[in-house]
Amino acid sequence: MAHDTVPQHATDPPTTRPEQRGPLARGQAALHTKPLLGPLVVLLLASLFFSVWVGSRFSDPLNISLIVQQVQIIGMVGIAQTLIVLTAGIDLSVGAITVLASVVMGKAAVDQGLPVPLALLLGVVIGGVCGGLNGVLVTRFRIPPFIATLGTLSVFSALTLFYSRSETIRAQDVPPLLSWPGRSIDVLGTDVTYSSLLMIGCFAAVAYLLRGTAWGAHLHAVGDNREGARLSGIRTGRVLLSVYVVAGLICGLAAWFLIGRIGSVSPQAGENLNLQSITAVVIGGTSLFGGRGHVLGTLLGSLIVGVFSSGLALSGVDALWQVFTVGVLVIVAVAADQWIRKVAA
Amino acid sequence: MAHRVKLRHRALAVSSAGIGLTLLLTSCGNGISGQGDDKPIVGLVTKTDDNPFYVKMREGAQKKARELGVDLRTFAGKGQADNDSQVKAIENLVAAGAKGILITPADSGAIIPAIDRARKAGVMVIALDSPTEPASAVDATFATDNRLAGRMIGKWAKGRMAGQRPRIALLDLSSEQVKVDILRNQGFLEGFGIDVRDPKRIGDERDSRIVGREVTGANEEGGRDAMEKLLQKNGSINLVYTINEPAAAGAYQAIKAAGKQKDITIVSIDGGCPGVKNVASGAIGATSMQFPVKMAAEGVAAAAAHAKDGDKPSASSGHGFTNTGVSLITDTPVSGLESKKSDWGLRHCWG
Repeated sequence: MAHDTVPQHATDPPTTRPEQRGPLARGQAALHTKPLLGPLVVLLLASLFFSVWVGSRFSDPLNISLIVQQVQIIGMVGIAQTLIVLTAGIDLSVGAITVLASVVMGKAAVDQGLPVPLALLLGVVIGGVCGGLNGVLVTRFRIPPFIATLGTLSVFSALTLFYSRSETIRAQDVPPLLSWPGRSIDVLGTDVTYSSLLMIGCFAAVAYLLRGTAWGAHLHAVGDNREGARLSGIRTGRVLLSVYVVAGLICGLAAWFLIGRIGSVSPQAGENLNLQSITAVVIGGTSLFGGRGHVLGTLLGSLIVGVFSSGLALSGVDALWQVFTVGVLVIVAVAADQWIRKVAA
Repeated sequence: MAHRVKLRHRALAVSSAGIGLTLLLTSCGNGISGQGDDKPIVGLVTKTDDNPFYVKMREGAQKKARELGVDLRTFAGKGQADNDSQVKAIENLVAAGAKGILITPADSGAIIPAIDRARKAGVMVIALDSPTEPASAVDATFATDNRLAGRMIGKWAKGRMAGQRPRIALLDLSSEQVKVDILRNQGFLEGFGIDVRDPKRIGDERDSRIVGREVTGANEEGGRDAMEKLLQKNGSINLVYTINEPAAAGAYQAIKAAGKQKDITIVSIDGGCPGVKNVASGAIGATSMQFPVKMAAEGVAAAAAHAKDGDKPSASSGHGFTNTGVSLITDTPVSGLESKKSDWGLRHCWG
């Protein structure tokens, strides 16, 4: 399956056949061809470790559904971030777009009396427009993504504060449709929120887009080697722009989930989303250098962070150790990426 | 106050905004100083500009400044860690010839050298909302007594829980032992009658009535995450202290999702309008209200008086600072404790 994520012309096959090498090299080759393998192993080992250390309170189905709920916003924003990172870019404005879109939804519906479905749509569209702006800055004005989104991060944050007047719309005033993603259904005795289901749906949809469509292949090609992609006839500017718009739209959807999760509409919400989303992407095994990785890795990456955070909290460890652990995970993930890359060298 | 405190994760955002802001502010400072020479310049430096508490504080200061004919210039840093922007703001104000500076210090210790330089240059400096360390580094402090605010909800909770065995969850700001976090948390525990051991540290208590503690970042999302973890750890929790009302609102979401809203009492601190409405609806049992507009207005008045005749304000006795007051807001009063109803709270809330 992972072979599909790497465009044929983007990766050179290993010069030595795996069976001629030792077990370490075989593992390295396996990790290279299957980018999901690493994060999956880490997630399983971490879950096993905490199930033993913390006991049934950790492996309780309710706690599992809780972990999914707690990572769903990071997961959604992480999808957007993965798309950008796969094009060898980085988006520092995803969190700001998400919060702006949520404030637009809330203000339009509650303060300006727009019909709620329309307000919802407006928020998602604003997300797409913001993403489009990033895309134009990157493609037309040739501003490196890091710089372009560093700028728009401030622009979007300021707009959020102007528009909301820094005021929070409290949960009781938020219309039911806006907080709908936070409602849950009973599945085998556990609470499963609609947003958890929708998030998994979004991951599946984007995984399909990346794997099963020409757009996905072009995206990988642009990320792996932009000049090469251009020479092979891909309209790289247009592909990049579309990636930023899609990322913005996903952030717009994440905004809806954010309202569902916290109940209220707060301009202060989601302030750590940028770095958390990059963390999920990196731990999920997507290479920051572009072209290599898998969006489902980001789901695994955010779950890994969620499992560590929940496990350490339940075992009564100081919250600082959660921060510490996530930092170590990021470093290990990037080190692993560098090591895995050597297989192709 | 605590939900205006930002975590360091935002540093990336800060650096970009900081550069732009500083350029903008520097140019403003130079540009405007030519005009309005007749009016004394007073500066207001807040921790952030994205928080209702500071928005209200700024509005209160602006209103008072118009009344008194003061040229008010406002600056803001970008969160708790952003001492740098505040230092630059002070330097710019001194360069612009300000008579007084009102500051809510982001870092109560690190800001002292900048304040010293300003005072040596003849500027009166007043701390608003958060005291400096040492408090004597400024000419005056107008602030909420956060320990008292904590004690008030602690006492209320004790009265409210009479006859039940309390199982307390503490939802704090961060793991970094931030001053306001300590004052509120320890005040609450003292009010409830729990031995706080070291009153300058959070989390060293050994009382079986405390069943869990988590940090929230003082916002809704953090409040929800933290409460979910605590409920998962111990489902018998029946009393929740929260650092501020956004954290309380998030915690309430988690409690509601668990169907325990009838069994759990939440107490909080702030007095923001969404928080007071949550008191009215029963989501929050009681909150301690602080008064940012009053802090700012008193600060501007003191600076204006100083500019006119060199007067300096004197601290209210026993505090080392001028206490701008705190009121307990609840719709279920406890006998022997003075409190106001939520309708009074709605008339006096901020944000």
